[in-house]
Amino acid sequence: MSEPHEAAVQAHRAHATTGTYLTVAAVLTVLTVFEVGAFYIPQFKPILIPSLLTLSAAKFSLVVMFYMHLKFDHKLFRVVFLLPLLFAAGVIISLMFLFRVL
Amino acid sequence: MSHAAAAHYTSTGLDSRKIAFWAFIGSECLLFGSLIATYLVYEGKSVSGPTTHQILNIPLTSVSTFDLLMSSLMMVLALAAVQRGDRVWARVWLAATATLGAVFLSFQAFEFTHFVREGLGFTTNLFGSSFFTLTGFHGGHVFVGVVWLTTLLVRSLQGKLGPDKALNVEIAGLYWHFVDVVWIVIFTVVYLIQTTPLPQGVR
Repeated sequence: MSEPHEAAVQAHRAHATTGTYLTVAAVLTVLTVFEVGAFYIPQFKPILIPSLLTLSAAKFSLVVMFYMHLKFDHKLFRVVFLLPLLFAAGVIISLMFLFRVL
Repeated sequence: MSHAAAAHYTSTGLDSRKIAFWAFIGSECLLFGSLIATYLVYEGKSVSGPTTHQILNIPLTSVSTFDLLMSSLMMVLALAAVQRGDRVWARVWLAATATLGAVFLSFQAFEFTHFVREGLGFTTNLFGSSFFTLTGFHGGHVFVGVVWLTTLLVRSLQGKLGPDKALNVEIAGLYWHFVDVVWIVIFTVVYLIQTTPLPQGVR
């Protein structure tokens, strides 16, 4: 077998630091508090669903980018993950339209 | 043996195990996407109770959500410790991650037991069937993750989890974080977005 490829070396090179991990955890905690707070505050009712979906998407992205290292890893991993993810989102939206939930 | 020598590089220059695992995670997106879609389609169509407003315990689930988020932090710290060859902290963080996972499962067992006592079983109504299927599948994934992490902890205690095995921990971490992001979605769409109309007289 040949020497490890440059791509593999790059994939392991630039992961986040402990400080970044702690910052992400703090942001995730704050976003969760906002989510639960929005659920209980009546004034949020008109914009509750878009607010919750936005906060959830932000939390999802933070974990995937920093804890799963997708921000730093090879772009092939992004493609392998994001294509099925988008397909799954399409399935959810299509079924909701099909059954008239949306 | 060095990490580079132990890895299985492909023509892309990337480790085949890691590519395969990301493909597996992609397939899991489709599995949970289907389960979430089924839940959303059926949630408001139950002809008898109990339904979401009457039975879901948001404060309790918020705590279990925080628990799972913090387990993800422990997991990345465990990976970082293994990569730098810090065996003591690798064991501490792996044990912490597995423990937080077990705590999450305890919350779920308590919630399921409470629901059954309140009259919501798997076959009670469409909400019950789709709720238990979705959260049960997720709980099963958490259980597999806890077993996997415990196995890694045992390997570490045996002195067989050095920096050359960091990829094994990284792949376990990918699985664990994926379980976490699935719960982030479930917490929002199942617990916080409750589309079922409130019963008469309930505010």
